[in-house]
Amino acid sequence: MKNREAINTLRYNPELCNGCRMCTYVCPHRVFWMNGRKAEIVRYEACMECGACQLNCQPGAIAVESGVGCAAAMMWAALTGKKESCLCS
Amino acid sequence: MKIRQTSSKLTFGNYLNHWLARWGVRRMGYRVDPGLYALGRPTPDSPVFVSANYTLSFDVLRAALDGMDGYILVLDTKGINVWCAASKGTFGTEELVRRIGETELAKAVNHRLLILPQLGASGVSAHEVKKRSGFSVRFGPVRTADLPEFLKEGKATEKMRQVRFGLRERFVLIPVELVHSLPFILAGTGLAFLVGGIFSALATVTSLVAGLVLFPVLLPWLPTRDFSSKGYILGGVAVLPFLFLILANSSGSWWSKTAAALTWILIFPSVTAFLALNFTGSTTFTSRTGVRREIFAYIPVMAGMFGAGIVLTVVLMLIRWLGGKI
Repeated sequence: MKNREAINTLRYNPELCNGCRMCTYVCPHRVFWMNGRKAEIVRYEACMECGACQLNCQPGAIAVESGVGCAAAMMWAALTGKKESCLCS
Repeated sequence: MKIRQTSSKLTFGNYLNHWLARWGVRRMGYRVDPGLYALGRPTPDSPVFVSANYTLSFDVLRAALDGMDGYILVLDTKGINVWCAASKGTFGTEELVRRIGETELAKAVNHRLLILPQLGASGVSAHEVKKRSGFSVRFGPVRTADLPEFLKEGKATEKMRQVRFGLRERFVLIPVELVHSLPFILAGTGLAFLVGGIFSALATVTSLVAGLVLFPVLLPWLPTRDFSSKGYILGGVAVLPFLFLILANSSGSWWSKTAAALTWILIFPSVTAFLALNFTGSTTFTSRTGVRREIFAYIPVMAGMFGAGIVLTVVLMLIRWLGGKI
């Protein structure tokens, strides 16, 4: 896939995968799929950067800059200089 | 060890509570006391489910477990639902490990297995919890309604693991959006009435309602990918009838009518588009990277068009005020 940077920050190193399947369980958008004994990215563009896969990948094969895809939170953070965080609390 | 009793039966009071929550009435008041709850008559072999201390989260879980005995471990998520709390870290590894210790869960049950909602996974690291508490974490389905089948089959289907954002999910968000925006709706409409009269006020209400109500409903059917461009299209269509009204009804020279129509085209679709962009935070699928790209691409356009529309409105008012015949 060309120009992945533009879509999201999900990175996966199959060499580190231990086949535990956790990423295929936790992803709410079915980005990962087991191909034999290794996980494989099958829906890269559906990633919403929630970070569940990275947090539950014991060997550290997955990296993603997780955050909330919320325009209000990001603009508010930019205006106030505060940390980006969900405002709906 | 303190174990509270709960049941699968939701009362009228519970349903009223959910309805009020959807309308944003005392937004932070929907809390359950964190701790360990017995559902029905659990034995030391009964399963343990983990939930948030938001009443809607806790109530859908216990209602889904109707007819079953088990334990519910409620984490202190400050009254926030599982998914949002997971992204904040309050439904997280730290709180779960702490709560297991505080409730002395290991004494209440023989086994060492916790069932967590799948959407809690962005805050809870299963292997960390295992290492620190001895409890294994199993992520159940996204929706509590699928729990009985999950428990029966021993696994979740692909469909159970996928988050949805259907018409119903979008619809329930509308009341709280409306309530939160009410001060802006009233102020904006009042100002528009003072400046431009009844048609301006109506156009303001229409563009706000388009962004707050129609947009969430029509989201998947609006053309283009970006929320902002979808919002511009919807806002443009919404303001069209008013353009015809103003061109047909108002007196004055052709250029003053055209200028007035232009202010509307500049202002109103930008308002709808801005509300549409803000809806990203309510969806279940937008990424931070995608939203950031959209902010950089569209906010300058929205600000530019809106600002130009306001300037043009002020200029037209000044011309009229100075007695210019237009």
